[in-house]
Amino acid sequence: MSTGLLRLFKSRTASAPVARERLQILLAHERGLRGQPELLGILREEILAVVSRHVELDPEKVIVRMERGDSVSTLEVDIELPNHFERRIATVG
Amino acid sequence: MAKVLVVTSGKGGVGKTTSTAALGAALAQSGQKVVVVDFDVGLRNLDLVMGAERRVVFDLINVVQGVAKLSQALIRDKRLENLWLLPASQTRDKDALTDQGVGVIIADLRARFDWVLCDSPAGIERGATLAMRYADEAVIVTNPEVSSVRDSDRIIGMLDSKTVKAEQGERVVKHILITRYDQARAARGEMLNIDDILEILATPLLGIVPESQDVLRASNVGCPVTLNNAASAPARAYHEAARRLMGETIPMTIPSERVGLMNRLLGRRAA
Repeated sequence: MSTGLLRLFKSRTASAPVARERLQILLAHERGLRGQPELLGILREEILAVVSRHVELDPEKVIVRMERGDSVSTLEVDIELPNHFERRIATVG
Repeated sequence: MAKVLVVTSGKGGVGKTTSTAALGAALAQSGQKVVVVDFDVGLRNLDLVMGAERRVVFDLINVVQGVAKLSQALIRDKRLENLWLLPASQTRDKDALTDQGVGVIIADLRARFDWVLCDSPAGIERGATLAMRYADEAVIVTNPEVSSVRDSDRIIGMLDSKTVKAEQGERVVKHILITRYDQARAARGEMLNIDDILEILATPLLGIVPESQDVLRASNVGCPVTLNNAASAPARAYHEAARRLMGETIPMTIPSERVGLMNRLLGRRAA
């Protein structure tokens, strides 16, 4: 009888293995980021510079987000453009 | 050769100040000449834990700015004649500390003491980086809890990159000191155990300080726990840690409370 009960009891109290696993995954990621600080900041600056060569931009309207998934991560770049930007490109071109 | 040792953690409330006072007193009890330096400018507390809060006249900032001489700011412990305290300022803000100013004081302290123990403020800002800046060795105080372990990992990264030693291509010698450890809970899988923490942080262990009422009791009366009740479990853990800092090799134990028969019958824990 007792193994089932014991397992039930243990699975309820043994949260340390979860802590350990969460830490290992998190720290592996954070250590990888060290030394290349603020990747998102750098990306934001460079994307802003490239787009500004062609379109007048409000720096506040450029949003760069990263979302980490289990197997892949996504980079989301959200740039708000003023409505008259096609005409500006046309005149430049 | 003097050794400069920073007691650091990243996270607040894990026991940096308690550990600085306890290790400083333990080293001094072994005959070493020791100064404990409070780097927590604006929120000083090492003076209180050491029981010297009413004797502070000048502080670290005064010395950095040339208002006072180092010898005027150093406070000698009343119980141990080779233990000294250099308090932090309570009123100034942390920007009053400069890299160069701290460098001069640390060099001066190196010439006068065997051990310079720097009690770091929490966080990773200026105060914390300056506390570790000139360190030869570091004690990273860690609780068996996820946020503390994460912050310790961050601090280890800073010790390996932002210290003078690191910039010169050398290494700060790092030690993990686990505090507030509860062996029974770890055995039940409710708390990260020692092996988990050491494996994650990949840094050698200096000591294991068990969770104990004696720590609070010592700070209540303003006495390092190693002096207040030398027979208590945390005091024995800190004494062993201090001996390891001095280069002794002693087996790692988790000191436990000694519960006397009378106390057990009365349902009390031993002092």
